[in-house]
Amino acid sequence: MAHGPATLADGWRAYISRWVFTTNHKDIGTLYLWFSFAMFLMGGAFAMIIRAELFQPGMQLIRPEFFNQMTTMHGLVMVFGAIMPAFVGLANWMIPLMIGAPDMALPRMNNLSFWILPFAFAILTSTLFMEGGGPNFGWTFYAPLSTTYAPESVNFFIFAIHIMGASSIMGSINIIATVMNMRAPGMTYMKMPLFVWTWVITAFLLVAVMPVLAGAVTMMLMDINFGTSFFDAAGGGDPVLFQHVFWFFGHPEVYIIILPAFGVVSQIIPTFSRKPLFGYSSMVYATAAIAFLSFVVWAHHMFTVGMPIAGELYFMYATMLIAVPTGVKVFNWITTMYKGSLTFETPMLFSIAFVILFTFGGFTGLMLSIAAADMQYHDTYFVVAHFHYVMVAGAVFSGTAAIYYWLPKWCGKMYNETMGQVQFWVAFIGFNIAFMPQHFLGLAGMPRRYADYGLQFADWNMVSSIGAFIYGGAQIMLLYNVIATIRNGKPTTEEKTWEGAEGLEWTVPSPAPYHTFAKPPEFK
Amino acid sequence: MLKRARALFLSLLSLVVLLPLAGSALAESSASQLNMPQGVTEVSQAAYDIHMIMIWVCTVIGVGVFGFMFYVMYAHRKSRGAVAENFHEHLGVELLWTIVPTIILIVMAFPATTALLKVYDTDNPDIEIKITGYQWKWQYEYLGEGVKFMSELRTSDDEVYGREPKGEHYLREVTEPLVLPVGKKIRFLVTGNDVIHSWWVPDFGVKRDAVPGLFTAGWAKTDQPGTYVGECTELCGQGHAFMPVVVEVKEEAEYNAWLANKKAEAVEYASTIGKEWTAEELMAKGEGVYLQSCAGCHQADGGGIPGVFPAIKGSPIALGPQIGHIAVLIDGVPGSAMQSFADQLSEVNIAAVIHYQRNAWGNNVGDVTQPIDVLNYKQSK
Repeated sequence: MAHGPATLADGWRAYISRWVFTTNHKDIGTLYLWFSFAMFLMGGAFAMIIRAELFQPGMQLIRPEFFNQMTTMHGLVMVFGAIMPAFVGLANWMIPLMIGAPDMALPRMNNLSFWILPFAFAILTSTLFMEGGGPNFGWTFYAPLSTTYAPESVNFFIFAIHIMGASSIMGSINIIATVMNMRAPGMTYMKMPLFVWTWVITAFLLVAVMPVLAGAVTMMLMDINFGTSFFDAAGGGDPVLFQHVFWFFGHPEVYIIILPAFGVVSQIIPTFSRKPLFGYSSMVYATAAIAFLSFVVWAHHMFTVGMPIAGELYFMYATMLIAVPTGVKVFNWITTMYKGSLTFETPMLFSIAFVILFTFGGFTGLMLSIAAADMQYHDTYFVVAHFHYVMVAGAVFSGTAAIYYWLPKWCGKMYNETMGQVQFWVAFIGFNIAFMPQHFLGLAGMPRRYADYGLQFADWNMVSSIGAFIYGGAQIMLLYNVIATIRNGKPTTEEKTWEGAEGLEWTVPSPAPYHTFAKPPEFK
Repeated sequence: MLKRARALFLSLLSLVVLLPLAGSALAESSASQLNMPQGVTEVSQAAYDIHMIMIWVCTVIGVGVFGFMFYVMYAHRKSRGAVAENFHEHLGVELLWTIVPTIILIVMAFPATTALLKVYDTDNPDIEIKITGYQWKWQYEYLGEGVKFMSELRTSDDEVYGREPKGEHYLREVTEPLVLPVGKKIRFLVTGNDVIHSWWVPDFGVKRDAVPGLFTAGWAKTDQPGTYVGECTELCGQGHAFMPVVVEVKEEAEYNAWLANKKAEAVEYASTIGKEWTAEELMAKGEGVYLQSCAGCHQADGGGIPGVFPAIKGSPIALGPQIGHIAVLIDGVPGSAMQSFADQLSEVNIAAVIHYQRNAWGNNVGDVTQPIDVLNYKQSK
């Protein structure tokens, strides 16, 4: 090792240069994680504005135009700015450590794929300050609301999406190249940690569908600026085409978000059960099966759009099938715990809550797959509740679990267990108070993306808003816990932070040195 | 402390599992809505039935799976002295928990298919109604009857913005509801004029997207007279939450009387097109039409919203030749949010609103636009 990374002691210029020009997978992982947390707080702030406005019937704080910008930006920032970069950050940090590689296969591209992201989100959020406001057509940006009827800032939105897509594709290529070429001797595919497996499959999904999204927004760009009519019925186009293209990207996208979360939980549950993961190979096959199915179910988001009945039936049956591989995963996690020796540290609490709440979201997902019932659920708060159970209690809970689980490895300090558990309970209770009532609201008939609602929905909206504020507070606690750990946490130098942890990342010292596995480790 | 926390954890988790159960029980016992309405049509009943089947299937599976999980979390804790075993696969159970869910899904597919066939059974209607979604109102046209009208939110901005107390029917009241007879099969043909909307009446189990350039069909037949309220369920811009659906189902005789009355109104209206209107009449009528149909975008003071909706006050169109102004309203402006109002507003209303726009807020053009001018422009095309 020639020299270590520049620290603040070397002066500001050297310190900033380190982060801007870094090709080190740990530095880039850290950048991704901090960036995604910043975006998470921003998207959360948008959510707080939404819930504050919905606290009571009537418009009290903002105008409906701005409300629509908030729901749109909340969705876009959370999906593309918070959750996806967070898992790319985890991949950057952990995949080389888990497979015994010295770094990612393409370190310079790794730097580029991160550093274009802040620009994308700067462009996206700047639209809020433009004349006419930011994107106000929902994160699904259905045409023609997002084309003919969009504010002028839509072109900036399209450009931002293109940059995000480029970033995701580069990140994915890097992960695929790393895993295919840089595994330690003896690390065969079927011996890779499950987090690595889920990420490889996710990376293939990303490479396949981000260009589809790019195609969708490019067609929008043409419709808006160059007189084409892809999505304009008056010019011979079809607004429904947009939905098909969007959801051909959009459905794999939700698995892009959740598969790495499955991977994290599949690392943590065996550790705190002190028992190997049950059904490793079936976990791999189930992940692949879910990825495959994600490509053939997209139109279940469009049951009310007027498809022929044969199409409806096909998409209903195919969607129901997803329950099988997902069920296999849940059963495997629970059987991993069975006859283990369980302890309930913070990462385990978040993982158990993940299994329970994600499964609950899976149940409502199964209900939504039934087309006849979906005619009533579609575009109501029932759907909002469903996808927050799988996205928040799924992806965000597992991301939080990952932070507590690997933080000691990253910074060589131990978090405060009591603080961690308190944060878990606040998040868990707040989450359920916020989103459980939304099931009732949706079934009772409240549509989503409503700036205002009738008096019959007042009670549960108020409960939901209170829960959302509690859940928002829990994220401030998480930020506090992480910073407090980095600054004042109890130093830990043991390689294996957790008694039951297995894998190569637990064979390097804590904190993980700047360069690891310069010589490939032996893996049996 | 950890012990207490653990107990709390368990009780909370069981709450999560039991809530759907509690939900279904409550829905039957009180008016407070927690569950999907059973509604008043075959379709809504079918949706409700399959919904309840799914809830029970999920509840049974959930109780089994989570019950086992809680047992494991209780029994195999390290603090109780549990020692980990080392098994990590078992082909038998893995096959079992792949095959059993598959069978359950196949069984559930049968009622799910039957219910969907019912939704799609739109053949042989007695009455056909064309529903068109506009930003932000609905148009109902009784096909073959010559009856057509707009249905818009009646709740005032003052109620929305808290300057007045909210009424009992806040956001659930419209200027003119859709009126239907009992006992007749009604087919709804739903389409959109500008962006995509979605026409939903929960009690009918009908939710059909209103897509420009496309018709989607739904149907309803009920024996229960009453007022049924629904919503727009596809994001359609700033007025998305402010375009409710209200349907009144009446006894057949009442319905026939209502329809005859609407037809007579249409005939009477036709006679007013040719009439010479005074500037004062047009100004008074035009202001009402403007506030109802134009002010949502162009604002009550005609100032528009810079960068989004152009101002009418001082605009070259409003100050230019009359015929150009009429053309904008009749043809719309392609490639912009300005739609054609030819089918939305009557000739009288278009003439009145043009007159108003040309003579309000300091736009003192001074000319008078007659309904007959609008009709002539329409017919010249």
